[in-house]
Amino acid sequence: MKKILNSEWVSRLIDSLLPVFATLGALLVGAVMLLFLKVNPIDAYGALWQGAFGSPNAFAETLVKATPLLLVAIGICISFRGDVINIGGEGQMIIGAIFATWVGLTFTGLPGWLVITLAMLAGFLGGAIWGGIPGFLKAYFRVNEILSTVMMNAIAVQLMNFLLRGPLIDPSQAELASKIPQTARLLEIFRLPRLAPTRLHLGALIAVVLAILVYILLWRTTLGYRIRAVGQNPHASRYAGIKVQRYIVLALLFSGAFAGLAGATQVFGVNYRMITDGSSSGFTGSAGFNGIVAALFGQLHPIWSIPASILFGALLVGANSMQRMVQVPSAFVTALNGLVVVFVVSSEIWRRRRQRRRLAAIGQDEESPPPGDTDKLPQAETVA
Amino acid sequence: MISELFSVTVLIGILASGIRLATPYLYAAIGETFGQRSGVLNLGVEGQMLLGAFAAFYVALTTGNLWLGVFTAMIVGAAMGLAMAYVTVNLHAEQGISGIGFFLFGLGMSDLLFQKLLGTVETVKGFPKIHIAGLSDIPGIGEIFFRQNLLVYGAYLLVPIAWFVLNKTTLGLKIRSVGENPDAADSLGVSVARIRYFTLILGGTLSGIAGASLSIALLNVFQQNMTSGLGFIAVALVYFGAWRPIGVLGGALFFSMINSLQLWIQVLGIPVPSDIAVMMPYVLTILVLVATVSRVRAPSALTKPFEREN
Amino acid sequence: MKKFVWFLTLILVFTLVSSACGALPGGQSSGKFRVAVVMPSAINDLAFSQSMYDALVRVQGDMGGTDKFELVYSENMFVVDDAAAAIRDYATQGFDLVIAHGSQYGSSLQEIAPDFPETSFAWGTTVDTFGLPNVFAYEAASQEGGYVNGVLAATLSTSNVIGVVGPIETGDAKLYVDGFKAGVTATNPDIQVNVNYIGSFSDVALASEAATTHISAGADVLTGTAQMVVGAIGKAEENDVLWFGTQSNQTSLAPSIVVASQVYHWEGILKEMIALIQGGTLGGKSFKAGLANGGEVIEFNPDYALPDEAKTLAETTIAGIKDGSITITLP
Repeated sequence: MKKILNSEWVSRLIDSLLPVFATLGALLVGAVMLLFLKVNPIDAYGALWQGAFGSPNAFAETLVKATPLLLVAIGICISFRGDVINIGGEGQMIIGAIFATWVGLTFTGLPGWLVITLAMLAGFLGGAIWGGIPGFLKAYFRVNEILSTVMMNAIAVQLMNFLLRGPLIDPSQAELASKIPQTARLLEIFRLPRLAPTRLHLGALIAVVLAILVYILLWRTTLGYRIRAVGQNPHASRYAGIKVQRYIVLALLFSGAFAGLAGATQVFGVNYRMITDGSSSGFTGSAGFNGIVAALFGQLHPIWSIPASILFGALLVGANSMQRMVQVPSAFVTALNGLVVVFVVSSEIWRRRRQRRRLAAIGQDEESPPPGDTDKLPQAETVA
Repeated sequence: MISELFSVTVLIGILASGIRLATPYLYAAIGETFGQRSGVLNLGVEGQMLLGAFAAFYVALTTGNLWLGVFTAMIVGAAMGLAMAYVTVNLHAEQGISGIGFFLFGLGMSDLLFQKLLGTVETVKGFPKIHIAGLSDIPGIGEIFFRQNLLVYGAYLLVPIAWFVLNKTTLGLKIRSVGENPDAADSLGVSVARIRYFTLILGGTLSGIAGASLSIALLNVFQQNMTSGLGFIAVALVYFGAWRPIGVLGGALFFSMINSLQLWIQVLGIPVPSDIAVMMPYVLTILVLVATVSRVRAPSALTKPFEREN
Repeated sequence: MKKFVWFLTLILVFTLVSSACGALPGGQSSGKFRVAVVMPSAINDLAFSQSMYDALVRVQGDMGGTDKFELVYSENMFVVDDAAAAIRDYATQGFDLVIAHGSQYGSSLQEIAPDFPETSFAWGTTVDTFGLPNVFAYEAASQEGGYVNGVLAATLSTSNVIGVVGPIETGDAKLYVDGFKAGVTATNPDIQVNVNYIGSFSDVALASEAATTHISAGADVLTGTAQMVVGAIGKAEENDVLWFGTQSNQTSLAPSIVVASQVYHWEGILKEMIALIQGGTLGGKSFKAGLANGGEVIEFNPDYALPDEAKTLAETTIAGIKDGSITITLP
């Protein structure tokens, strides 16, 4: 008995490290590309490591980068579990940030902690609206969420440009002829306090706490149960009395809300103002997309998304550092990013096969749900 | 000022522009339609387009042969499609996310190759406009429809061909069955894997041509990230068109016409803030879809990997 | 839970080990002047970023090459956050001058500069030095070159309709377009200038269609700014419509119809800054690249036959701006 437990434990550890191995595989391919670029891969990857983990400051940068990834990933866990694909994270981040910034700029007389709380809630609300709209359209108008979220992303960017160049523009910019699209700076007391003398801010802690809360939500509450039930089998759920449409809306709404919070923390914890170069990734850093990948790294589990986001954040921060130190074109970093995603996503199959083999060894013959998952198909419920 | 919008010149201009703008969307979206009909979601279209665009441009620039450029773009796109097929069919990877990975890879590689092989923005003499004899002289309609670029005509010819293949051939039947019920198709002897490989490679090829239509026909230039989100819109248009080629055509045209409309609104000086104008195609696309509540369902097996029950 | 703890432990162990393995290589004390630049787009974008990069390379050559002048860059830093990390990183590595070549980097500089009093920072394109002693500011008075282009365009247009293709109505682009419009109006108020901001810095296809739309609306002269205008230039060439460029010399893209380009030459400002730094002043001054100090130059296309009166008008306009007799009022 002990033997099986031990080997299962190790086996499961290897499973959870599969994304790391896959990443290394991608880096290997990247090394070949680097050789073509006449760059020493060892220098390059050494720079990547240094940039992500090489000093307390670097590690702080990694965590700062990981924070919006984690928040978006948490939301993605909810939506994917509800079988809804949310690629609208970019737009939801932007709208959440706009709401939060507005709070920060308007309520200048109130105490700092109050404004921060209100602003975070506003960010949550903004993202919820921007995610809820596609949810509503999907549930009641059968508008596919991929289409609506792609469109909403583009709309959000233009809305951001409009507001940041117009009504929300920094008064000092408005006087200048050039009118950089940015808002006024947030008051010092409104900024998320920093942990340690680095750029690491409270947002990171908030994100981790929320990850735990969402885990509880998804697996220990009725709401979470229903979202997952609808995601696994909408027909059986409907039969069981669950209002499927409502939960589709909720899945996208919550998912958007967390992305909105990610946007809010970026404004209040990092930039201290909302600023853009006119594109969506200029503000979000593509966290809306990268968060999806981080969620996958974490196997769509909020707790696992924490190390996954740190790993992915490390990759992004380290890659930028590598670009600086070794003068590799930034395009290489993008391509590498893509390779990592493809490799990690492809490695899933081995995790599933190994899991099945393990379960077969113990005597179960069904594929078990991802780690931490203890749900079954919905039973008949008494209609509320 | 608004009245100017309804003058004949402007209307002709809007229609002609719309037809041109829709071209890359059409190639890419028709390709994606095949893939989705067989049950696979490919979000990497944009990456395929960019690599195809660069390949076509580079070959056309160095060899002077435009058709060789198109052919190279097709090969490049097909190769990406093949990779996506392997990852999707054999490795059962999560389709939405693997697509994003391919997108990033295509974006980065095309930029990298551009920087290393070309270094600076250049132009090429691309496919010329072809005036279809006789028809191109019809006032109004002639300018809109019959004085376009060769690759533009190709995109529109693709629509009835795609419709025919999907609906009137055995191959099309197989594709549709694989997308609706792969288990049943499998039990009837249809190789799910082979069909999906086919549609994904075809999709990649068409995305490559879409890229080429930009770099060596319509714009005659290559620049990093020149597609700027086009591939994702193309995927969205497949949903808009309810997985039917004619619907996709409608979606591409609608989206592009609104885009050219907003260009004219700005040019004519109609006082709409530029950001709001740029928003129009996206907002209206959603509204149209809401207004025309569709009863058409997605292919049932879309995004679900196929595993043979043992 | 166990797995999570394991994972975290692994990461912490790695972190401790690698931090123990030494810091990044520090700055050399070999007397080299070390410059780092952070840019929002690619070094070969034929526009904003390239102008600064090319200028730095020229300054490097003038100052004695790579032995005397070290130049490193971070490109495509359109995410403000990443740029901030880069700026801080360079400062930590002991660079003499860190250039933040993007108006969106301002808030980051405000945070970072006070932490590195020995490092000189330069911020473009703006005039604000935040009152910090180690921050220089520089900007291009793009409206000046825009004005000259506008004057020329107005003279050369026969249809009396001119088109402008811009990215987003902000910053450098806005300055240029506003100056251009002022130049046209000052020369011939009857000319209609149609402006189209396409909402993106990268959508080449849309820029191309915008140009086509302008042409269909009757424009026979076009101008535009930012890297996506390559699409517009192509359409201009197809239709034999004249083009005025900015940010870099765009003659090579369409030698038959490009009349002139406003080119930024940051070298003068850079050399001034470097001299100040070497003399001990690390900041507190703002520079303006304009026609007067050679920061902006109107480069004519030698293959385009510009009528003599037009050429003289251009030259008098340039002279007028230089000596202040012509003032450009912006909206």
